[in-house]
Amino acid sequence: MHIAAHAIVCAVLPHGEHGAIARLMTPEDGLQPGYVRGGRSRRLRPVLLPGNVVAAEFRARTEDQLAGLTVELVHSRGPLLGEALAAAAIDWATALSAAALPEGLPAPRLYEALDGLLGAIEHAPSARGWTAALVRYELLLLAELGFGLDLSQCVATGASEDLAFVSPRSAGAVSRAAGEAYAARLLRLPPFLRDGGEAEWPDLLDGLRLTGFFLDRDVLTDRKQAVLAARERLVQRLRRVTN
Amino acid sequence: MASPEIETLTQALARLPGLGPRSARRAVLHLLKKREAAMAPLLRALEAVNERLVTCHVCGNVDTTDPCTICADPRRDARLLCVVEEVADLWALDRARLFPGRFHVLGGRLSALEGVRPEDLAIDSLIRRVAAGGIDEVVLAMNATLEGQTTAHYIAERIESFPVRLTQLAHGLPVGGELDYLDEGTLAQALRARRPVS
Repeated sequence: MHIAAHAIVCAVLPHGEHGAIARLMTPEDGLQPGYVRGGRSRRLRPVLLPGNVVAAEFRARTEDQLAGLTVELVHSRGPLLGEALAAAAIDWATALSAAALPEGLPAPRLYEALDGLLGAIEHAPSARGWTAALVRYELLLLAELGFGLDLSQCVATGASEDLAFVSPRSAGAVSRAAGEAYAARLLRLPPFLRDGGEAEWPDLLDGLRLTGFFLDRDVLTDRKQAVLAARERLVQRLRRVTN
Repeated sequence: MASPEIETLTQALARLPGLGPRSARRAVLHLLKKREAAMAPLLRALEAVNERLVTCHVCGNVDTTDPCTICADPRRDARLLCVVEEVADLWALDRARLFPGRFHVLGGRLSALEGVRPEDLAIDSLIRRVAAGGIDEVVLAMNATLEGQTTAHYIAERIESFPVRLTQLAHGLPVGGELDYLDEGTLAQALRARRPVS
């Protein structure tokens, strides 16, 4: 096995005294783990920060073997660590990718989306600019894992107009007319997920509530549940911004 | 061929950080050769520490007294509090004797993937120390990693309502570091934290 590509660092765990096992999101080969010799050295620690883009080279004699990985920094997102919201968002986005995605499953759309999300976190003038990208990334991740939401038509009436809710049971959209009476039991579908465009804070928080529900129920179950704590801290911080 | 007792000692030493089977065997041979000069003092020191080892109930440091020698030292400035992730960080800072205040050891850092939550760390005891008053400045000395900084931001939010000055260790160019060998993240931090030359 030989993969050489620019990749996004998603997780780094110490291995032995000096090495590390890094899990990187690659454009064509999905999430790939690799052993980085000296990964905890002074030289490589700033390179192996989650969110950084590195030129990665994975080499293994067989497909089953943990690949040896060499990395060279292409783009550092280290300067963002000093910003509370940006650091929390990078922490969550990379941890979600590392925890939820199976290794070796090609997910080029997710790579593009994660790269775009991290770029938005880096360059957007405020958190409102990247929160929509975060919600869309979570939706795409759900879809790639087979838990996609059907937001094209109402599950009750088949109507494709005025979709305002999502059924937590079927993960399908519900029209305003059909769902109004059950609004308390349904999840609100924010317009920016239906029609695109920009969104205000109440809609963004509704979007996070929507994706959070399905991530919790379908993806981050059992041992992976602990990862959601990072999301909870991020959402609380975003709520404080809106207040 | 060594006896089972010596073999057990070698295996125990080989499990220590920084030692492998070969270096453990060399250490054992040295101890056997210098039984009086090396083995006996080592044994006494290990026994003394093992009998009296405690975790300081104030700061979380490990010592042979509770409160630890740092917390009990009246020459330390009680108005300054430095928060670190691990005991190793406390010892590293105290080794240089640059920080005149006291410490608080969190016992780790928030980690999404390892499932470390705020309640798993000594954050509540830190808040109680700050709330008790008598502290003017809290220095957040977390590692410059994503997890370390996420922890620092979390603590900063918890402490911001108290009337204390909240500071953080500077990030940037290390002493003796050459620009050519630094990553762009460190360089960006160093540029951001530049200061006038007086």
